[in-house]
Amino acid sequence: MKRAVRYIIFYGALFGLWTLLAKLKIWPPYLFPTPWGVGDALYQGFKDHTYWIAIRVSLQRVLVGYGISVVLGMILGLGVASNKFLEETVGGLLVSLQSLPSICWWPLALLWFGLSQNAILFVVIMGSLLSVTLAMEDGRKQMPRIFSQAGRNLGAKGFKLFWYVLLPASLPFIVSGLKQGWAFAWRSLITAEMLYLSLGLGQVLMMGRDLNDMSAVIAVMILIIAIGYVVDGVVFKGMERRLQSKWGLTAAT
Amino acid sequence: MSASVQETPRRLPIPESHRIPTELPGKARAVVLERPERLAAPAIAKVGLSEICLSYRTGSGERLLALDHINLQVKAGEFVCIVGPSGCGKSTLLHLIAGLHQPTSGQVLVDGQPVRGPGTDRIMIFQEHGLFPWLTVARNVEFGMKMKGIGKPEREEKTREYLRLVHLAKFEKSYIHQLSGGMRQRVAIARALATEPDVLLMDEPFAALDAQTRDLLHDELERIWGDTGRTIIFVTHNVREAVRLGDRVILLTFRPGRLKSEFPVDLPRPRHLEDPDVARAAGQILSELRDEINHSLEAEYSSGVKPRVKPGGEE
Repeated sequence: MKRAVRYIIFYGALFGLWTLLAKLKIWPPYLFPTPWGVGDALYQGFKDHTYWIAIRVSLQRVLVGYGISVVLGMILGLGVASNKFLEETVGGLLVSLQSLPSICWWPLALLWFGLSQNAILFVVIMGSLLSVTLAMEDGRKQMPRIFSQAGRNLGAKGFKLFWYVLLPASLPFIVSGLKQGWAFAWRSLITAEMLYLSLGLGQVLMMGRDLNDMSAVIAVMILIIAIGYVVDGVVFKGMERRLQSKWGLTAAT
Repeated sequence: MSASVQETPRRLPIPESHRIPTELPGKARAVVLERPERLAAPAIAKVGLSEICLSYRTGSGERLLALDHINLQVKAGEFVCIVGPSGCGKSTLLHLIAGLHQPTSGQVLVDGQPVRGPGTDRIMIFQEHGLFPWLTVARNVEFGMKMKGIGKPEREEKTREYLRLVHLAKFEKSYIHQLSGGMRQRVAIARALATEPDVLLMDEPFAALDAQTRDLLHDELERIWGDTGRTIIFVTHNVREAVRLGDRVILLTFRPGRLKSEFPVDLPRPRHLEDPDVARAAGQILSELRDEINHSLEAEYSSGVKPRVKPGGEE
């Protein structure tokens, strides 16, 4: 309850300050959008379905890209964690690649996949694959050895061992990495979408720029933040809570 | 040293009044009688260790001999306890029997067949129970059956049956962290039994429990063993626990682990930890064990590096 009050006060004050600055008209509205202008842009955007379509297209892309990242990242991470040679070679390469913004792959992606959906997906995957891989590797190493011993002892091997023992056993250790991977995937997607006509949220944002409509730009930024926040709050917080109640942990991180 | 293994085992001086003939119904358990095939082929031991050696490289690169020519035969339905100071390799021996590790040389035989890897005929119960915290009690118990591909109705029925056996039927929907240490160990026992193994390998399962819980679990384990007729190999550093439970107590030396001596325990069952005969027998074994404990303490305090590396240290 108290927390809700704090939220209301903080965001109320923020909104108030924004309204105040807009009312004072220190800057012209095309430089400093007003709250009512942004509200109107949101209303119009949803009314003519531009935003609905953009949200659907972007979410579809991020789900596919992130899904591929998770599957590939888990396999890669497990491989790196269980093989000394892979750890020293691939593991080191992965860590060094982490400093590379995924959008740097864009020129290559264009050459390889053309001006298409797949080029965007490639950038999304390159953005989130590393976090998932490193998280999985770390999780596999932190996971108590007794789980895999008990699993093998009870007759689990190969894929069954991975699916029923190694994966659930390492989940508390990889959930923060999965979350980070999601954030990277979402950011990479928006960046890539900004670069060409793609129907997604990124393109809608750039459309605002082209029309010199800063209210629309802010409106789309709010949408991007809101979607990221909701996914984090619903999917990942829920996952953490479930893990905590099952494992009896006070904090999953 | 391995020659001493071949000697006839030392008998404990057990008062004649306590010695019971092997044909007594209390001793010949019902399940053994139900399975005459076990009696028909007494020549092949249930578990046989022949010339087991295990050595591994420590962090500093030197080779360490952990187990040195271990020979041991365990009969079907027998309850064998292995005691020794910490670091003697007794847990490692169980891992070898479970097939989780391979010996450097020598063979582990089960029913005369060499062990090549883990198998559900030999289920291990770990000190830290090794239950899966992401599954409920019931799902933990049915895990082995699920891996075997047994259908759901049968799994559920067996799970209920084994949870009843360890008196935990009411807790099937609980998660592991909601149970006490003793209850967790009972779930681990139920999970092991549900896979219907011939051999239970117990690695200091009660070491982390308080004395009262341990007493209770001793009684339960003895009862379950009597009811199910499983072969049990039980590792502990607690000599009195070994005498309380075992048909036979095997004493291992400290690094390298060798068979020092073995003691048949002919005391009547059910036994109790406080029985004077249990205490007396334990005293005997303990005096032999004490030398080994001293060796282990010396090694731990004299060398700066604690060489407590198990071969399974890395995976």
